[in-house]
Amino acid sequence: MKTALFVTCVNDMVFPRTGIAVVNILERLGHQVEVPRQQTCCGQMHANTGYRDEAMPVIRHFVRTFQGYDAVVAPSGSCVAMVRTLYPRLVDSDPQLAAAVAELLPRTYELSEFLIDVLGVTDLGASFPHRVTYHPTCHGMRALRLGDRPLELLSHVRGLELVPLKGAEECCGFGGTFSVKNPAVSGAMLHDKCAAILDTGADYVLAADNSCLTHIGGGLRRRRAAPRTVHYAEVLAS
Amino acid sequence: MNAREEVLARLRSALGDGPAEVAVPRAYRRTGTCDPDRLAELLADRLVDYRAGVHWSSQDGLAETLSALLPAEGPLVVPPDVPDRWLAAYDGQVLVDSDDAPLGTGTLDGAASVLTGCATAIAQTGTLVLDGGTAQGRRLLTLIPDHHVCVVPVTDIVDTVPEGLQRLAPTRPLTLISGPSATSDIELSRVEGVHGPRRLDVVLVR
Amino acid sequence: MNAYGTGHLYGPARFEKAARVELAKPQLRENLRHATHTIRDRREEVVDEVPDWEQLRESGQAIKARVARQLPELLERFEAAAVEAGATVHWARDADEACRIVTGLVKDTGASEAVKIKSMTTQEINLNEALESAGIDAYETDLAELIVQLAEDKPSHILVPAIHYNREEIRDIFRQRMPGAADTLSDAPEELAEAARTHLRRRFLSARVAISGANFAVADTGTLVVVESEGNGRMCLTLPETLISVVGIDKLVPSFADLEVFLQLLPRSSTGERMNPYTSMWTGVTPGDGPQRTHIVLLDNGRSATLSDPVGRQALSCIRCSACLNVCPVYERAGGHAYGSVYPGPIGAIISPQLTGVGENASLPYASTLCGACNDVCPVKIDIADVLVHLRGRAVDAKRDTLSAERIAMRLLSWIMSDPRRYGRALRAARRGTAPLAALLGGRRTVRHLPWPLSAWTSSRDAPLPAAESFQEWWQRTRAEREQAQRGNPSKGETS
Repeated sequence: MKTALFVTCVNDMVFPRTGIAVVNILERLGHQVEVPRQQTCCGQMHANTGYRDEAMPVIRHFVRTFQGYDAVVAPSGSCVAMVRTLYPRLVDSDPQLAAAVAELLPRTYELSEFLIDVLGVTDLGASFPHRVTYHPTCHGMRALRLGDRPLELLSHVRGLELVPLKGAEECCGFGGTFSVKNPAVSGAMLHDKCAAILDTGADYVLAADNSCLTHIGGGLRRRRAAPRTVHYAEVLAS
Repeated sequence: MNAREEVLARLRSALGDGPAEVAVPRAYRRTGTCDPDRLAELLADRLVDYRAGVHWSSQDGLAETLSALLPAEGPLVVPPDVPDRWLAAYDGQVLVDSDDAPLGTGTLDGAASVLTGCATAIAQTGTLVLDGGTAQGRRLLTLIPDHHVCVVPVTDIVDTVPEGLQRLAPTRPLTLISGPSATSDIELSRVEGVHGPRRLDVVLVR
Repeated sequence: MNAYGTGHLYGPARFEKAARVELAKPQLRENLRHATHTIRDRREEVVDEVPDWEQLRESGQAIKARVARQLPELLERFEAAAVEAGATVHWARDADEACRIVTGLVKDTGASEAVKIKSMTTQEINLNEALESAGIDAYETDLAELIVQLAEDKPSHILVPAIHYNREEIRDIFRQRMPGAADTLSDAPEELAEAARTHLRRRFLSARVAISGANFAVADTGTLVVVESEGNGRMCLTLPETLISVVGIDKLVPSFADLEVFLQLLPRSSTGERMNPYTSMWTGVTPGDGPQRTHIVLLDNGRSATLSDPVGRQALSCIRCSACLNVCPVYERAGGHAYGSVYPGPIGAIISPQLTGVGENASLPYASTLCGACNDVCPVKIDIADVLVHLRGRAVDAKRDTLSAERIAMRLLSWIMSDPRRYGRALRAARRGTAPLAALLGGRRTVRHLPWPLSAWTSSRDAPLPAAESFQEWWQRTRAEREQAQRGNPSKGETS
């Protein structure tokens, strides 16, 4: 199986360790993964902010880059959700591109989908002896319906103690450009999410999206609070 | 162009893209699965949940049951075609509403209770349906008095909302009643008793 | 050309500004939190007990999509049936026309006052204000509407317009502004409800004209449906001689049997009840029972404009249950007034801009994190998040000719992100640009304050810095090392 890793622009620039973790997980499973050098971004910020025309060149580039792979794996619920839910509508006026997108969609996976649904693995032999809590990000939970997949993977990590997060299903307030267009509401939501995290007494907050974790981690650090944010892929690779 | 023509023209032009025909799936339950013998119990459970009083009676004991529920003095309001046997054991004052001598709102406001039947009852939602048919009268009879006593033969109970609506003639004045009047307007907590009858007693007759 | 709606559909300030003002009211936030969480839990409980909930949603969605597709024909059918049954049907292009019609009808009766059932449609067209300026007193009879009217406030929720008040505040409003309310009135909800009952009783019994909206209008039979709880609706619908119902043209359902779907979806989604206490259905005039003169005002006010958008038209399927408001984290914090329109929350953010034209309400489609909680609870499966994104696109397209800082940034980023060489260069430039900052911060890789416009981000959270080595740089470096190792020592290559 010819598998490509779409690391996503945010991970590439700010969280390389998440991409490295995915490579390590897949290679440990004996799975070859390629990282197409041409890759940049999925265009989510443009599309979600209403800049459809500006999103199109980015989408075209994404489709060109990942065409021809049997599977495209990304450690981001929201980028995969962008491809799966928004691409079809955005490209529908271009039949050729629409056909390419239709080809690509069923082969694009969030990491936990790829591990469980495609590779059939749940125990990655990881060890992480810490108290953690998990925030199911909105796109992972509602757009992709990841369900318990990430938790299932985490349940096999040695030494990991998972503490349930109160109001877990509630958005952290990030929302891409929402966080800068509506800073007051976003900050209020973040405040409540941070309080819920602190209530768990966890040392680490895990999630499937580093963008949400940046927001949550930024809020925790602003409060000089102890819990660290970490992508669940990094825990699975540990 | 008058408003009617203009609005219709706007709508026709708005549909200029020719949206595709839509098939309506009807995979929801249109008939119930509840054991018919248990429908009355389900209805009773739902009614109690919404703070209605529920009373069981036999055909023969109905007059006694009603007399015990109704205010001793009255006045009791009834529609013109209420069966005589319902009131056989009742000694209080009875006000009969009729086409010839309709009761005024002031009189109704001074009444202690109203006694009616119903067209059908829906078990799953705890709903009584009144359609102005036999023993039900005009809509305001069951609205102004503060206490409504409704007689429901268990054979008139259906399981689901679709079965209930199928029994109705759409053009009759219809009132669906599920418990006494209530409001959720204060902190979204449910409180029983606002403008409609604050007490609802249902007599299930088997 | 689209004819847009007028009335109470937008506020004086953009959402983000108005929200900041509302957020500064701690009591309001506490009230909203308490109320929305209460109803959220109750809804979930009664929805979970319905095994065919998804099938009902699918039917509801399809019926409403069909209504949109056949709207002109269904309206004509409804009109014919209602007239046949004794009602008089009027048509209104916009809010002003609807207000003129209703005011004229009330004046024709010679009455100088009218009782009202809670109706978002009449709030939308500012009917109370129009009646007042014509010398007609309109009395709201729904408890929440009464609270709002006594407080001289605006509704902040579709189902419970006074959701922003708690019981103590309601008690104070009643004590100060309700004629005849006792100074000893307590804040027990039962006592407050009793006070409203006493206050309105005489008014109901003597009212000659009532004004209502409708939850549903049945095309085949000309039947109108009002779903309520308190009995104030039944009072208005049965006691007066004249009944005037203002009905948005989106309220149609094709047949009476279709109500079997909506009467299951609405109460559970709305008040979290298996069935609301009272549902009234009437068709024209019934001799000897209820109002002997019934008028129906069919209102467009931007609905035809909404219908013209193939993606956005699904907003017309809304049955005004307000479940999406109750689960929305943005609504919970900002409150209904921040949206400016009588329709707040997620559904309001897609209805209001379509009724008024996106230009008049350009901040509303952005009043969401796109978390999708609204989609999951919508009883007619409106893809609210998708329509929000679509309307953002329309808002951006509407200003395509003006160059803003945001547009310049977006164009630049698009140019960078669509080419890997430019992307690589930009990444390195970003790192170089933040290098002095990184050196200053030492081991800490987050920043506390950024200059505008990124200061909006650092207003409540620290910002991260680019990594010293990007993932792609790591990949290329380690692959090159691996290849070299394989060439240098082929036998150990696999274990590097």
